[in-house]
Amino acid sequence: MPHIDLPQDLPGISAGFAFRPETAKPMRELAHILLHEPNSLEPGERELIATYVSSQNDCYFCQTSHGAAAAAHLGESNTVKQVKTDFNHAPISEKLKRLLVIAGKVQQGGKNVTNEDVEAARNAGATDMEIHDTVLIAAAFCMYNRYVDGLATWQPREESMYAQMGKHLATEGYRTPSIRPSAAD
Amino acid sequence: MAHIELPAGLQGIRGPMAFRPETAKPLNELAEILLHQPNSLAPGERELIATYVSYLNDCYFCQTVHGAIAAAHLDGDEDLVRRVKADFFHADISAKLKALLVIASKVQRGGKHVTAGDVEEARNAGATDIEIHDTVLIAAAFCMYNRYVDGLATWQPEDEDLYRQRGKKTAKEGYVQMSREYIPQAETRELEVKGA
Repeated sequence: MPHIDLPQDLPGISAGFAFRPETAKPMRELAHILLHEPNSLEPGERELIATYVSSQNDCYFCQTSHGAAAAAHLGESNTVKQVKTDFNHAPISEKLKRLLVIAGKVQQGGKNVTNEDVEAARNAGATDMEIHDTVLIAAAFCMYNRYVDGLATWQPREESMYAQMGKHLATEGYRTPSIRPSAAD
Repeated sequence: MAHIELPAGLQGIRGPMAFRPETAKPLNELAEILLHQPNSLAPGERELIATYVSYLNDCYFCQTVHGAIAAAHLDGDEDLVRRVKADFFHADISAKLKALLVIASKVQRGGKHVTAGDVEEARNAGATDIEIHDTVLIAAAFCMYNRYVDGLATWQPEDEDLYRQRGKKTAKEGYVQMSREYIPQAETRELEVKGA
């Protein structure tokens, strides 16, 4: 049961967003810019970073919904699984591997990122903007994950619900709700 | 030196915010709502939560600037800010705020650490659902801001007086207004692009 009286039938972060629309607005906007708006890193790559950090933070709702969004962008879900378990051997670019190293360090704490980590990413072709966005995606998911779990939100275990959510997020982005109360009808 | 090339002369989060104004906008709006807009928890109390979490995350810039903002809200009581960081159980703050700081410290370690007992305790001390919600989100948001500031190795001069002066101004004007000082505004950016 959630720690506070959240709107029922809304899973994960959707419940927190519906409870407090004022804070939901900038949180949605931030996710939309970081993950969905066109950028030199593909949306699928950025969703993989979000999924990896959420999996390191052990947040079921976030790693499953963003994993589904990544899979929708990539057209397959095997890469998502491999990135979570062992990204060094996943079929992703060297640049993304180096960015995932940085994201993993940020998840543990900002000071863990070293000059060498950044240098390695740069040598693999990462730009300053891509390094910036990687750090901010990882940092932002340390917020979203804690928000979702810190309120003990309802996180159903139905893969099909997440697959549907992932498709919505991959096509529409984050500005509008992916799940409404009526979706359960 | 910062990990990426950030605009020169801007301390802490200001560097990356000026580097990427698109993400700075929602980041400042979130801080404005959580910390500055009127609410049943006083701004000084909310700034103490932000300061405490930033202290636990060992982020010099965030704990110093938010400590200064908290002090500005609390009639300049810097000693209270220090006591909250060192041992909030014995600081001169309400039982409700103590219970909320317990929740914030659990969120700092990870969302799942918050127990039904922690929440019950806060509620018994008079905390409302929205206050518990905002405490969780302030703590979670500072796990983001702190990582953003340290993860890019931003410039964080150790100059207490600079933070004290800025704290007074931010306490008065809020985050969105203050951000206009250092973030290139959309109109100016357009002109710069055209000029270039």
